[in-house]
Amino acid sequence: MTTTSTDLLQALIEGALPDSNGFFGPFGGRFVPETLVPALERFEAGAREALADPMFHTELRQHQEGWVGRPTPLAFAPRLSAAWNAQVWLKREDLAHTGAHKINNALGQALIARRIGAERVVAETGAGQHGVATAAACARVGLPCIVYMGSKDVERQAPNVVRMRRMGAEVRPVTTGDATLRAAVDEAIRHWVGYPEGTHYILGSAVGPHPFPWIVREFQKVIGVESRRQMLEKAHRLPDVAVACVGGGSNAVGFYHGFLADASVELHGAEAGGVGAHVGQHAATMSGGTPGVLHGSRSMLLQDEHGQVSDTQSVSAGLDYPAIGPEHALLAHVGRVAYHAVRDDEAITALDELSRLEGILPAVEPSHALALAKHLVRDRPGATVLVNVCGRGDKDMPILTRLADEHAQSEGSA
Amino acid sequence: MRAHERISDAIAKGRDTHGIALVAYVTAGFPTMDAFPGILADACAHADVVEVGIPFSNPIADGGTLQATSRVALEHGATMPAIMDELRGMHGSLDAPLLLMGYLNPLLAYGLDRLATDAESAGVNGVIVPDLPPESLEVARPIIDARLATIGMVSPVTHEDRLQSIVERASGFVYAVASVGVTGQHRNDQADITAYLQRVREASPIPVCAGFGIREKAHVDALRGACDGVIVGSALMEAVGEGRSVGDLLRLLR
Repeated sequence: MTTTSTDLLQALIEGALPDSNGFFGPFGGRFVPETLVPALERFEAGAREALADPMFHTELRQHQEGWVGRPTPLAFAPRLSAAWNAQVWLKREDLAHTGAHKINNALGQALIARRIGAERVVAETGAGQHGVATAAACARVGLPCIVYMGSKDVERQAPNVVRMRRMGAEVRPVTTGDATLRAAVDEAIRHWVGYPEGTHYILGSAVGPHPFPWIVREFQKVIGVESRRQMLEKAHRLPDVAVACVGGGSNAVGFYHGFLADASVELHGAEAGGVGAHVGQHAATMSGGTPGVLHGSRSMLLQDEHGQVSDTQSVSAGLDYPAIGPEHALLAHVGRVAYHAVRDDEAITALDELSRLEGILPAVEPSHALALAKHLVRDRPGATVLVNVCGRGDKDMPILTRLADEHAQSEGSA
Repeated sequence: MRAHERISDAIAKGRDTHGIALVAYVTAGFPTMDAFPGILADACAHADVVEVGIPFSNPIADGGTLQATSRVALEHGATMPAIMDELRGMHGSLDAPLLLMGYLNPLLAYGLDRLATDAESAGVNGVIVPDLPPESLEVARPIIDARLATIGMVSPVTHEDRLQSIVERASGFVYAVASVGVTGQHRNDQADITAYLQRVREASPIPVCAGFGIREKAHVDALRGACDGVIVGSALMEAVGEGRSVGDLLRLLR
């Protein structure tokens, strides 16, 4: 039995985790109502069969190249490097089709859904990026698509709602619970409990019951694999520090996988620090959470002493989630990745800096990673840092406009 | 008598006396902490077994009614320690044996060892945990070792070999989700339900109770002979929400 941290990390690197019950050491598993178990088993069997089939990989690669636009570029950021006194490299997942890494997983799962004979797809979305990616992937493979989205997020990310509907998806606003990503996941699961036979649920993050954390990682690993190869080609070295943002953690888990075995590469994750460290003011699961079970897996969770899940807050709808993928819980547990809380204002400052110095307007989510990267290289002049820019900021215009208005008002009243 | 046998015996007795046993579900702390003991006592006076619902912030298997009762109960401070205190105070005064029904996380936060220790003094004879499938039942080891009932849940989409492993590990009774869907929904046709319950009963050495979507006497009558008991939850909580008596509704369903 592998129990020490070194053993667990080694097992993860060798592909032995999750185990057959879906556990990453003490985290993960499949804690769901019985009604969903046959559907999860069917999906797992279909996914294993697909991933072992060279024809599936050929088809996936064709879609990745001709439709997603893979490989996405990895490029040096000259002006940001000068400003930070570091060698800054950016992995441009924001240039993937539909504007974020979410398409990698949505495409892969949609292909599997079609393979296992699903009649429709259901998905949840926070920032709207996963919803847009799923709507696009379903249009591409020819499956009807229903997207549940918290009504608060429908408002925060209005342009994405229009995009989903244009691509033929039905968007259902969720007004129950906290009306954000968590409530959207609740509602998507409830839909699935109601129609487990013909429906495939495309979960968008590396969370949820087994096999989701595994399959999402498998489809996001392409980010890390490409990044490592591109760093060696272009920079002729690996980064000293690699940084990604983490909500549920799908971009990060895929990104980290390229470097897990490279002990010289420090891995860091930026969580949503919101507006403060008190309960309800942030979504920094690793900093403020304890182990618990939510949405089908055991992981780190923001909860009170009685096991009730806490409210969260973040400028970023995509990071506004009270739990984190079980593989991240393991990566923290074994000490391979360090997770840090980054506040809203720090993220917005980083967003402005990248926009002005490099002409790249990132989403607010990876802006958390940029802010953390800047902080990490402050005491390390000349360090090589790689940041995964997992999405572009076009979707954030409503919130950026509101922030600009608030800023103008406070200037006016001062 | 072991705790789980108190449950299976109560179901068998209800079935033998009334043709079908009646299991009532009430959300602890709904509509208020003060009103809850009266509602629980009323439910116990008219049902054979009563499930005390532990509210959770993210009830993924519940329909609108139980989502709402859960939310209200949490606002009223229906935490596990508060609920256990309440039950301890009523111990010995209730006419039916109790089960706790709740999602795993609040039970884990309370501590399953602690629950196993505290169960007897609170009159709790077992647990129903909708998000704990048989593969993960080992998590509940302290509950099993205390001989408390671990109610097994099966659904119409559960295939044969899973059904076998669920009924083998279950104690108290087997909870047959009568329709696919969240609590409160009712939509399968009767022939399907009867054949499905027949299948579960043949596999199960302990009583089988059907739940999800049972709202009126016709639903109960249709299940007579097809299973050992019926579980009524959402309809009862709607009655409570409208200020109607739980006892009246349960009498009507008998």
